[in-house]
Amino acid sequence: MKLSYYPGCSLKGSAADYDDSLHRLCAHLDIDLVELVDWNCCGASSAHMLNHEAGMRLAMRTLQQAAGIGHDLLVPCAACFQRLKAADRALRRDAEYWDEPDYSPAWQVIHISSLLAAPELLARIKKAVSRPLTGLKLACYYGCLSLRPPKVTAAENWEQPDTLERLVAAIGAEPVRWSHRTECCSGSLTMARPDIAERLVADIVAAAARAGAEALVTDCPMCQANVESRQPAGTGLPVFYSSELAEAAISGSYPSRQRRAHLVDPGVLSRLLATAQAVEGGAR
Amino acid sequence: MVDKPICPTASRGKFLQKLQQREIDVQACFQCGRCSAGCPVAEYFDLSVMAVVRLAAYGEEERLLHSRTIWLCAACETCASRCPNGIEIAGLMDILRELACRKGITAAEPRVAAFHQAFLASVGRWGRVYEMGMIASYKLHSGDLTGDLPLGLRMVARGRLRMLPEPIAERSAVAEIFAGKGREYER
Ligand code: SF4
Ligand code: SF4
Repeated sequence: MKLSYYPGCSLKGSAADYDDSLHRLCAHLDIDLVELVDWNCCGASSAHMLNHEAGMRLAMRTLQQAAGIGHDLLVPCAACFQRLKAADRALRRDAEYWDEPDYSPAWQVIHISSLLAAPELLARIKKAVSRPLTGLKLACYYGCLSLRPPKVTAAENWEQPDTLERLVAAIGAEPVRWSHRTECCSGSLTMARPDIAERLVADIVAAAARAGAEALVTDCPMCQANVESRQPAGTGLPVFYSSELAEAAISGSYPSRQRRAHLVDPGVLSRLLATAQAVEGGAR
Repeated sequence: MVDKPICPTASRGKFLQKLQQREIDVQACFQCGRCSAGCPVAEYFDLSVMAVVRLAAYGEEERLLHSRTIWLCAACETCASRCPNGIEIAGLMDILRELACRKGITAAEPRVAAFHQAFLASVGRWGRVYEMGMIASYKLHSGDLTGDLPLGLRMVARGRLRMLPEPIAERSAVAEIFAGKGREYER
């Protein structure tokens, strides 16, 4: 399978480990990622907040590039996904308004969650797993922008999504039932109002801990950084990327550079893989 | 349904027209409070979400533009996803922030505005966000020089902040966008 790929700024910067794990995962699954050449920032939250026109046009330049290729466009970052979908929707509704002669592509903008949770791919992941993450209790955390607003994202179950739970089950881990799966962590405010981010993140991690989770799993790079960096000292709940966990379960290893990127010790995963290895070694 | 303004005498025609153009039908609000109930940052607001919608329907633009709410809204889209009348409330917040900027109104939450401006300046300059430079510029403009220093150092130690920008080749295309390409029609 060939997909166009838009990493976005986070995955080339503070979330480079997300980009890394996603590439390794796709290699296992025979998915060929063709990164758009010379892509620009989609504008993220800041552009649409201050400058509607620029926000739309930044995303539209990316869509034009993808249109030249014609594969579905895979977008791992929730914020980029939402902005690209918003621009896509605007163009589909009225291309002329945006000075485009015509826009009715057969390809789609797809978020990583819907790619990985598609039944066919899920079955392939399940088959490829070499070390199921048995017993690992995970709180699936969706955040906002891959789901909302549904008019833009086309998410089917934006209040009760289950794409992450399905993936977590496929790699042998255990999704916990908990309350804050789609609550906002205020990533867009985290730098200017860390007090607010700390408050919201404290609620989120407390809810995850209450449900017995040992870690969170997400597919949003802002959530990952924000929930790890703003959780109360001593909480110790690492936030994994879905691709990171799936890759670890498939390859049976957890690279040290992946580990190193975490702001909260991800030891729970390395220990689990080490135990699995020891058990298997002992059985031989 | 786009009805007549609720309060025609106090309403500002231009503002309501702008909302209509963007298909944000504030007149449809029946004050059920669902938007306010689910807002994650409601407790920090000076105007509740439902008050913002109602004041917009009244055309009370000035009051909205000076509020803290428009800057503290995290753009999480919970309100817009749940409004039974399909009012795009987060889009309304966008319009209000943009209007406040264009009118040169000092943001009631200056650090939030400084963050977004630093972010966009970085995109305008490099075509992509150069996180290190963006953070430095935000720190200078917001006056928040020492906040989060330990976190910043941890990020560097973990290899999560690139030292140098990675500009795109066709920076002129992005520069054009920021110079107001399309703005000819004042959208
Ligand atoms: S949810 Fe919609 S209808 Fe209800 S108060 Fe908010 S804006 Fe008005
Ligand atoms: S988009 Fe803004 S106003 Fe609406 S629920 Fe989220 S933070 Fe509150």
